[in-house]
Amino acid sequence: MENILDFLLERLKDGLLPWAAQKEAAELFGWSYAAVEELALENGIFPARYQRNRNMISVAEQLQLFRSSVAVIGCGGLGGYVIEELARLGVGRIVAVDPDIFEEHNLNRQLLSSPGNLGKPKVEAALTRVNEINPAVTVTPIRDAFCTANGPELLEGVTVAVDALDSIAYRLELAETCTELGIPMVHGAIGGWYGHVTTQLPGDSTVQSIYRNWVEGKGIEKHLGNPAFTPAVIASLEVAEVCKIVLGKGDLLRNRKLSIDLLDMEIHEIPCGVPLELVSAA
Amino acid sequence: MHIKVKLFATFRNGRFKEAGQERQEGTNCRKIILELGLTEEEIGIILVNGRHASLDHLLQDGDTLSLFPLVGGG
Repeated sequence: MENILDFLLERLKDGLLPWAAQKEAAELFGWSYAAVEELALENGIFPARYQRNRNMISVAEQLQLFRSSVAVIGCGGLGGYVIEELARLGVGRIVAVDPDIFEEHNLNRQLLSSPGNLGKPKVEAALTRVNEINPAVTVTPIRDAFCTANGPELLEGVTVAVDALDSIAYRLELAETCTELGIPMVHGAIGGWYGHVTTQLPGDSTVQSIYRNWVEGKGIEKHLGNPAFTPAVIASLEVAEVCKIVLGKGDLLRNRKLSIDLLDMEIHEIPCGVPLELVSAA
Repeated sequence: MHIKVKLFATFRNGRFKEAGQERQEGTNCRKIILELGLTEEEIGIILVNGRHASLDHLLQDGDTLSLFPLVGGG
């Protein structure tokens, strides 16, 4: 049988690998779509689906994204958009964690929800959606609530964790687990017209700093709920941070939080978690 | 003493975005928050002159106090 790489090279169009050829190779050689995609990227071949990434993400960087694994904790308002964007970006592995099923009040904003999947687990919808839009991406659906007890297992081998939770208590548990495991965490939270986003790298205590005044319960989202657009905005900012963490480029939202007000259209940068200046021992 | 209070997000509803206030020396952040009709539980972030401060922080003449509500949805 012909070598699979030669098979791919013969089918390039304008230097790009068409999806039809990737699919044909997978079927003919008995490889997964993911394995074909990795082989292509390793050999400097851009799958055609990523051609509009090309002038901002090199083929080597596209391979870095493919080899990364991102945990999305929560598959509701933020999580639905985060998963969609990670899959389209070409992140190779997504661990989707959520204990819940879709309910009718999710339909105003949660990308993965539809009348047809009410009552079905959110993580199952995540798997179905990603298989539909980018079959080269591997989704691990975990229908469970994240906590410090199961955290180390859920985050094993993960490059970045994305906070798409709707509970401050669980967020603090995620932040604690990420600190313990040395995993970067992108934190986002929303309520009504408002939201914020930040990035916590191992050793930082940014999320704890943001919620330093929290005692119990929910924030403004309890009364305001959430509309269609706020999760999309904050989720997109979170994914941009994930992309930059994986690729090691740009300036991260480290030690600062962007606070976004979509009603008055204001963005404020708040210093967060900047350590106190150390007194020199000398 | 004269201070400036800046409110963000839902804290602006029925109040103001920014206002100058005359206060007695020794006023802390908690006192201002309660006088605004806010509760401690609603408070997300307190900044004094752009730096994080606690409820007990004593304000000085010329300070700017910024208050952000707690946001935790997803």
